[in-house]
Amino acid sequence: MENSEPTAVALDKATVAFRLADGRVYTAVEQANLAVAHGEFVAIVGPTGCGKSTLLNVTAGLLKPAAGSARIFDKPLNGLNRDAGYLFQADALFPWKTAIDNVAIGLEIRGTPRTEALSRAQKWLTSVGLGAFANRYPHMLSGGQRKRVALAQVLIRDPKILLMDEPFGPLDAQTRQIMGNLLLELWSADRKAVLFVTHDLEEAIALADRVVIMSAGPSARIIGDWRITLPRPRDIAEVRMEKDFHALHREIWGVLKDEVMKGYVQSTQAGAA
Amino acid sequence: MSRITLLALQVLVAVVTLALWQLFSTVPVFGKVLLPPFFFSNPVDVFSQIVKWFSSGVIWKHLAITLWESILAFVIGSAGGILVGFWFARQPRVAAVFDPYVKMVNALPRVVLAPIFALWFGLGVWSKVALGVTLVFFIVFFNVYQGVKEVPTTVLDNGRMLGMNERQLMRHVYWPSALSWMFSSLHTSVGFAVVGAVVGEYLGSAAGLGYLIQQAEGVFDVAGVFAGMFVLSAFVILIDMGVTMVEKRLLVWRPTAAARD
Repeated sequence: MENSEPTAVALDKATVAFRLADGRVYTAVEQANLAVAHGEFVAIVGPTGCGKSTLLNVTAGLLKPAAGSARIFDKPLNGLNRDAGYLFQADALFPWKTAIDNVAIGLEIRGTPRTEALSRAQKWLTSVGLGAFANRYPHMLSGGQRKRVALAQVLIRDPKILLMDEPFGPLDAQTRQIMGNLLLELWSADRKAVLFVTHDLEEAIALADRVVIMSAGPSARIIGDWRITLPRPRDIAEVRMEKDFHALHREIWGVLKDEVMKGYVQSTQAGAA
Repeated sequence: MSRITLLALQVLVAVVTLALWQLFSTVPVFGKVLLPPFFFSNPVDVFSQIVKWFSSGVIWKHLAITLWESILAFVIGSAGGILVGFWFARQPRVAAVFDPYVKMVNALPRVVLAPIFALWFGLGVWSKVALGVTLVFFIVFFNVYQGVKEVPTTVLDNGRMLGMNERQLMRHVYWPSALSWMFSSLHTSVGFAVVGAVVGEYLGSAAGLGYLIQQAEGVFDVAGVFAGMFVLSAFVILIDMGVTMVEKRLLVWRPTAAARD
């Protein structure tokens, strides 16, 4: 924002609503203002079901806001966001393609000759540590390995904006740390704008430049915005031991805690109704 | 159970069955033949009939006709099933309009169509192909329809976010998904293509395995009927083995039951 480059993502009073099956309108996110500067790593944290992913889908252009607007590099977003790469929470690899074909496809559909696409895909697979697994099909890879392939699949297209929806959610704790460090390493090479959704506050602080907190849904709002000044390069495991980390965590958790409780109460009531 | 024991036991079942058949159809028990040769023939006669067919070479013509009809029925039925399956899956309105009629035609026992097809297409190859097509078409159609519908939203969104246009989505997402569903029913659809051919031949034709069986039945040649049945079973098993080989090649990307756990 301070620098001269245009803001990568700017959501202006974005409201997202869905029509439910019974005809009522459910407002997921209300009047969200969010700006992500060029090269900035922003993490969105909120209780389960608060519409974090909804916000991400608006930025991706997969959802249209009911009111407000989304601007990408100062241009209003119309249709899909062509500057963004999206790392999904669920498995999104093409199960009928090998790892290398999954990575190369982003280039192939753009018209890159197949041999060149494959050699670049091989390089990307190597840089996510899967150089020897090029000819495996997704079902032959572990959950962590599939995420690595997905990361390579997104990054090979060199998107200016990286959208990540709890990408490491289904992984075990150790694999998450390894993936977090891998992500930071790849990101620091060319500093894309990142919008990273998670429900894990520690992960958010360890990774991001800024942590944005959302309130419990429905009609979730952005209720807090913290700058994380921990020095880089960071190691996900070690940064958690630092004093500043604890101070930030305590401060943000103080706000987040109430929302998590609200979200929990609502989810139990919805279950009882 | 080891492979050899299993094979030995399987062979044993065949040997015992054939031996009992031969015994009861030739040796009287308490002065009475339990399996009268007129109705049940006996394995030796059946076997010699098969040998005669193959040594004289008459059988090849009939096998070739049945195979040709089956292939045509499979290819045409599959092509139609794929086209309509895709069309309906991508155009929910069209699918909704045609839904009751699809169900109606599919509910119809296909054998009753045989006389109509014989009238329309004559007694040659094409009336059998038509019967096979009506069987194959629906299996392929339902599977392709399902395959296109069941593409996970995330995979589809991923394709879009990677920059695929509609044509590329078709080629890289919908098509492989639909094909995998179609191939999972390959055994059934190939089997039905053969069923269509043989039933069609049985009901009216001048060549093919079904014709051979029908001719033998017409002159109360029970050995000929059984011989035709055995040749037909062997024919279907050979085709099925071919399908298994094709399947293994085409579906390498799919987890097998063993690999999944």
